[in-house]
Amino acid sequence: MTDHDEIAALLKKMPPVEPDKEARHQAIDLAMAAFDQKFSSRRQGMHLLARLTDTIRIVRNASIGDWNMKPVYAIVGGLCLGAIGLTLMNSTALFDFAPRTQALKAERGIGMDGAVAKPSRQVAQFGVAPSPAPAMATANSETSAIALPQVAAPAAKRAAPMADMAAGSMQAYAPPPVMMEESNRLVLPQADQDKFKASDSNPLKIVKAEPVSTFSVDVDTASYSFVRSSLNHNQLPPKDAVRVEELVNYFPYHYEAPADREVPFKATTSVFPTPWNKGTKLLHVGIKGYEIGQKTKPHSNLVFLLDTSGSMYDANKLPLVQSSLKLLLETLSPDDTIAIVTYAGSSGIALEPTKVKDKAKILAALDGLAAGGATAGAEGIQSAYRLAEQHFDKDGVNRVILATDGDFNVGITDEDALKRLIEKKCESGIFLSVLGFGRGNYNDALMQVLAQNGNGNASYIDNLNEARKVLVDEASATLFPIAKDVKIQVEFNPSAVAEYRLIGYETRILNREDFNNDKVDAGDIGAGHTVTALYEITPVGSSSTLVDDLRYQTAEKPAGAKGDADEYAFVKIRYKLPQGRVSRLITQPVKVKDTIVSLDQAPQEARFASAVAAFGQKLRDESYIGDFSYDAIAALANQAKGEDTFGYRSEFIQLVRLAKTIAMIEPGQGKIQPPPIPEPPVIR
Amino acid sequence: MTQEDTILVRRAAGGDREAYRRLLEAHYGMMFRVAYRYTGHRQDAEDIAQDVCVRLVHKLGSFRGTSSFTTWLYRVVVNACRDMQKHRGVIKRSEDSFRELEALGQEEQRDGQRQVAWLYRAIYSLEPSLKETALLVLAEELSHAEAADILGCKESTVSWRMHALRKQLKEVMGSYHDRP
Repeated sequence: MTDHDEIAALLKKMPPVEPDKEARHQAIDLAMAAFDQKFSSRRQGMHLLARLTDTIRIVRNASIGDWNMKPVYAIVGGLCLGAIGLTLMNSTALFDFAPRTQALKAERGIGMDGAVAKPSRQVAQFGVAPSPAPAMATANSETSAIALPQVAAPAAKRAAPMADMAAGSMQAYAPPPVMMEESNRLVLPQADQDKFKASDSNPLKIVKAEPVSTFSVDVDTASYSFVRSSLNHNQLPPKDAVRVEELVNYFPYHYEAPADREVPFKATTSVFPTPWNKGTKLLHVGIKGYEIGQKTKPHSNLVFLLDTSGSMYDANKLPLVQSSLKLLLETLSPDDTIAIVTYAGSSGIALEPTKVKDKAKILAALDGLAAGGATAGAEGIQSAYRLAEQHFDKDGVNRVILATDGDFNVGITDEDALKRLIEKKCESGIFLSVLGFGRGNYNDALMQVLAQNGNGNASYIDNLNEARKVLVDEASATLFPIAKDVKIQVEFNPSAVAEYRLIGYETRILNREDFNNDKVDAGDIGAGHTVTALYEITPVGSSSTLVDDLRYQTAEKPAGAKGDADEYAFVKIRYKLPQGRVSRLITQPVKVKDTIVSLDQAPQEARFASAVAAFGQKLRDESYIGDFSYDAIAALANQAKGEDTFGYRSEFIQLVRLAKTIAMIEPGQGKIQPPPIPEPPVIR
Repeated sequence: MTQEDTILVRRAAGGDREAYRRLLEAHYGMMFRVAYRYTGHRQDAEDIAQDVCVRLVHKLGSFRGTSSFTTWLYRVVVNACRDMQKHRGVIKRSEDSFRELEALGQEEQRDGQRQVAWLYRAIYSLEPSLKETALLVLAEELSHAEAADILGCKESTVSWRMHALRKQLKEVMGSYHDRP
């Protein structure tokens, strides 16, 4: 065929691809070092290990995206050797590849995590505290992109994920380099490949210049779980992973509830002194959504779209998903419908839409996920939507819930096409939520976008408690939207307020004209949900004004200014009912006379929210927070703890203390900057 | 070459340092080249090639000799590339990737090079499965059977993909010729 010839001929013309000499040498040197480690004495390995302790610390703090990969690989290669050394310490035979431990996770040939399924005692010398989720067994796991060779025939089938399946079927794969005995588990924190959208904090705004602030309401809570997970791994989280509004919104607040469903939420505002700045005040806006009673709960039609790729078989991922879904089942009504579609591993329909009362069948399907019992088919997200449509309930909640550790290969390769599909389905009434699992592979930026387009929530599930919170305790909120495309617009009164700063919501800022434009999407509010927003405002006349008045323009009242300073601001909220197309408006003035004079008298919920906001800003290393200490934050939170039925607030206070300790031990650890690159260990 | 490889592998797996080095020297070029063609990024390709090298000693034990060593190694590299793409999170559009290649193509002003760059852009925008197939069959000039072995699918699947591929590429080349 001429085309074939033309194409082939063209390809031949391509200049040959020559590897860089230095890269080649380095690669081969490292490989030889690995070879020597494998075949040389164990003692050598131990010395190496000791020398690597320091590099581990350094690598831990590195964010891969910030710097050149090569040195990372040098370090990581070194770590890998260290890990191998430790293995050799315990193995009796060099070439015995039979998996010895119960907890050896099977390599699928798709993902390479090398993670150990069961957490256990950690090697204290590396300064890693025990944590609920099993950490990765090798630092190499997430940074190296190597999979084990696939044996040709069973590429479609998978060997059992859990190591307690017959060891025989595992023989086809070489074990990951770190094979751990039960008694000796090396936990090397892996350099993170988590991806977060970088964003600077909202800048201070001058009211005279920019009196109007507009943003989309956000009830995602993924950032809080992620921050918690980081702290539990003894690391301060990367700045970009901390979204202050998500930390604040993680907690349920007892704001005043709306009277009825007609106006599905109620907004309350208060103004009180800023805990971290004597000269400014906080404007607190709290919104509470209508609660849905068990009896009035609408019918649920849910499709779970589950990532079953190799990397999902860690204990803190797919098994957690399975447990979470089982928990969720308990809260659904017998007539609700559930279906399960899998992708990226065994792809296909694991469970056709089934009524919840058919519990046995659903449980069987959930348990069978591990064994890859899905029918063939690689449509992923399209299958999921199709199943949701099959049982579409126009009066109920129709939702696809995507659970993944970062693999969004759901059958559509183009990101834009994927977004468009999600938007389209959202308009036809099928929403999408995203549940993120695991660390190091977590693609947060995309998760946010998809959830936003799907009018759903993005949550990060780091442990079973969180799973319970998202899928059970807050099931109504997570599943039942009561308002969509919710936007907030605040207009500040230049006579009363000189400057303002919106805390958080950096990724949710809208243009002023977007507020009234119904075509512009915004966030959802679920049943019973609360949404909190905080502005730090500098009242006119305060000595803390940061920006000087203009020299050449006199400080006169803008033409048409209403009255004098009896209102700080005017809050407007626009929303649509879940099936609505046209938005509705709620407004609320914020009166100066209602200002609360001392912090102690501020409402408890608002005080707690400001403590969380302070924490988030401190983690983001913001200058506005000044010297406000972790201790002060903990104290403020403690005073506003309230009933704390589920213990979320106590847990928060613990995290604040933990953050303080971590920050003390490693000064400057909070800042992600490339560490000096150590020499790779020299092997003799 | 295959025979020699098999012997080297056996020796290397048994601890023969020299044999192992020779294996690496002989195949590094291929590892890099395949990774480079797959990802379109020199840096990524070097990282992947280095990773494969470092991990190779542990995988040798799993090489059964049922296929040739090169086929087996192709598979290792392709999987490593797939993993990197996956760990990057999604299906990024490979804008950066073929920019590099295009730069290569623009070094020479001859029309042929531009056409090649155009073609590569087309290949890179293909669906991953087609792209992988193109890489192995067209660029590496492997047989359908061997490509199938590496990619873990049926030979007929490869043939089908090549057919679909050619149709798409034909359109692309057509648009190239039609450009103003």
